[in-house]
Amino acid sequence: VICSCLTNVWSDQAEILRPWLLPADGSAHGPALDHHLILNLWIALALLALAHLILLIGLIARRNTEPIHLWRIEYLPLAALALLFGALTLKAERLWAATRYTGASLTALQVEVTGVQFAWYFRYPGPDATFGNTHPSLVAPGEGNPLGLDSTDPHSADDSIASELVLPANREVDLRLNAQDVIHGFSIPEMRLKQNAVPGQTIHLHFTPTIPGTYAILCTQLCGLGHYRMNATLRVIPPDQFATWLAAKQKAAQ
Amino acid sequence: MTPRSNTRPNTRTDQTRALNPKLYSLFFTTDHRIIGIQYLILALVSVVIGTLLSLLMRIHLVWLDLPLPLHGPILPEDYLALVTIHGTIMLFFVLTTAPQAGFGNLILPAQIGARSMAFPTLNAASFWLTAAALLILLGSTFVPGGAAISGWTAYPPLSAIPSAGPGQALGMDLWLISIALFAIASTASSINTLTTIIRNRCDGMTWERLPLTVWGWFTAALLSIIAFSVLLAAILLLLCDRHAGTSFFLPTGDLVNGVLHHGGNGSPLLWLHLFWFFGHPEVYIAILPGMGLTSMLLANFSHRRVFAYRTMIATTLLIGLLGILLWGHHMFVAGLNPFVSSAFSISTMAIALPAAAKVLSWLATTWRSRPSYKTPMLFALGFVSLFITGGLTGPILAQPILDEYLHNTFFVIAHFHLIMAMAGIFGLYAATYYWFPLITATCTRPGRPMSESLGRLHFWTTLVGAYAVFLPMHLTGLAGEPRHYAQLTGIPGPGGSLSPTGALLAHTISLNHFITYAAIFLAAAQLPFLLNLIRSLRKGEPSFDNPWHATTLEWHPALNPYPPSSVSDTPEISVYCSPCHYQSTQAGFTFLPQWIPSPVDQVEIKEATSAKPE
Repeated sequence: VICSCLTNVWSDQAEILRPWLLPADGSAHGPALDHHLILNLWIALALLALAHLILLIGLIARRNTEPIHLWRIEYLPLAALALLFGALTLKAERLWAATRYTGASLTALQVEVTGVQFAWYFRYPGPDATFGNTHPSLVAPGEGNPLGLDSTDPHSADDSIASELVLPANREVDLRLNAQDVIHGFSIPEMRLKQNAVPGQTIHLHFTPTIPGTYAILCTQLCGLGHYRMNATLRVIPPDQFATWLAAKQKAAQ
Repeated sequence: MTPRSNTRPNTRTDQTRALNPKLYSLFFTTDHRIIGIQYLILALVSVVIGTLLSLLMRIHLVWLDLPLPLHGPILPEDYLALVTIHGTIMLFFVLTTAPQAGFGNLILPAQIGARSMAFPTLNAASFWLTAAALLILLGSTFVPGGAAISGWTAYPPLSAIPSAGPGQALGMDLWLISIALFAIASTASSINTLTTIIRNRCDGMTWERLPLTVWGWFTAALLSIIAFSVLLAAILLLLCDRHAGTSFFLPTGDLVNGVLHHGGNGSPLLWLHLFWFFGHPEVYIAILPGMGLTSMLLANFSHRRVFAYRTMIATTLLIGLLGILLWGHHMFVAGLNPFVSSAFSISTMAIALPAAAKVLSWLATTWRSRPSYKTPMLFALGFVSLFITGGLTGPILAQPILDEYLHNTFFVIAHFHLIMAMAGIFGLYAATYYWFPLITATCTRPGRPMSESLGRLHFWTTLVGAYAVFLPMHLTGLAGEPRHYAQLTGIPGPGGSLSPTGALLAHTISLNHFITYAAIFLAAAQLPFLLNLIRSLRKGEPSFDNPWHATTLEWHPALNPYPPSSVSDTPEISVYCSPCHYQSTQAGFTFLPQWIPSPVDQVEIKEATSAKPE
């Protein structure tokens, strides 16, 4: 009984602590991002405490008749802050460059993501590795063609469309983000990813999921009255299971 | 409450008005003081409405099905309309209007020794345009479809196509017209402010002797002209997209709710650039006058000079300059070239330095000064605290790699509410408590100060409330809570049952309950202020000539009781020294107001300036 009580308290505590922590992190670039974020938060907290301490001590301490006018009071803290912010910027730029300055590797899995009021669609190109053409005038969600796939294009025959994003673990994926109607925000908090999908533009976003599991995909750019319910699921599965899933999906598509 | 400064008809138009000339002159006046008070009343009405809207949002987030009297439950589109109108009202009609146009009219001319604003008629026209803009904005709530739901940033195509959602038809048009009028009014008012500062300074008021508040107004006015003219252009382009068949912001083949756009190939990103080119300077327009005032108040009540006065002038201008170079940090996830994000990240980090220099000056000015803790001083200190707390998360959000996680979460909400909304409001409260004797002064009697005890109660509860509301938002944001979500529980997932999104958001519910209670507390904490305001308009002793031992010109004895603007026998005002001329002595301190010629014994000065009025 004591044991179960203790586990109860333990799990309650974990539940209480949940909003105080970052959500799980399942991507290859995530841990470095988290590390940098937490470093930044601690620095901000320390500077916050320091500034308030100086303010309070200055208010409480005995009056000093002559205000001090020293160049080192004016410029030394500024120089220190400049160095600190400079170092943080440098580190952030390097992380940013590593994830965004170059595209995905040529062997990355290709998936197209389309945002529509208020759903995400995911398209896999099939064995021909080429996405078929789409045309907005062909869009007919009621007839099973939410993306306006052009059936006269031979490349479109093996394309398969899913409402959940299924990815193999530890393989880089190259997402091409589109939006059909308005700007949407493609976000997977547990993959530390966020990128707007803009109508008229295709934006590439690449990452490598590492930990198998089920994750939330949100819309994070106000897109209309259903914005709050525009979500989908990311399922990261072991590579062999992914092959089976993809094969079944393509069979169903043909 | 409006001072009767124009009791006798003194212009030709007044004499020709048969119908109640006094009321007419109060309403359609060109007297800058009355226009300032009109702006402040408009901002007060707006802030009450904006606060009530935010309470509805907070209540809806945690008690989803609670019906609203006369309305029923808040629907998702209602929630988004609340978000839109709350943001628009607070940013435009409170945080831009009150510090820049309200106190800018009421205090600025007196502070530089000017009789009036440079263009009195333009001034009045600006106010009435602003009032019309507010009425149109509020009116948009009552049209079919309701108010616009695309947030204060109004990103197209959501804002460009009426079929994109309820409120995006007539409601959106009215929103655009309202903001266009506001932009015209702000540009005109800023031209007025700039011209007044450049042309109407009194003898001896050199640029270096200008109080830092004037530098704040000056820089904010410069930014206003640049920013609001771009916003006006963007709005006109968007109106063309909506009604004239153009495609500035609409790509070919855009398909919204079954409506296909056949026109040319525009880009929604163009709107983001134009909007944020306005939108980022806008937040500096809102905060710069408060920063200037804080510098002056800390010096005033600490009886010290402002630490590094010339550096403070330079940092004000530098913040203004950098402020127009970093709009891209709102667009890290928008689809820009990643190299562009790097550039905007560096320019954003750079602005932390002049801002930090300001904080250092504030800390050094109060350091071991044993200030007198009057209510305006408390709010100025609160401004410093909130500015530091809100400011420190700025460099975090300025890093694109971190913004990739934090963008559009409640972490951002916490950041800008602390540094812009709360610090901005604290600046406004400091201004109100500080200048209340001048606000209520008339041409026959000096004004009254506000109650100190109610003021202290107001300050402490508001400070606690502000932190209680906005500090936890950092945590819900870090936990992943996105903004603009009409509900956090019961979000249907594709699988039917609780979606992973629902599970992610469920963790923030308990903190969100706390935030809502804190928000109700914060709103209730404003009641002592309203009570104080109403009470002090009618009751209380008239204040002394210079109740705070201030050194700036608005406290010149000739201005309180206030001379009507038409009276030409106002003694000529001249300035002899820079502001904040305080000196510590064994007995306490002496001070030298700007209007007193310098080489006089300073003890005599003190007696002469703190004498009670007859």
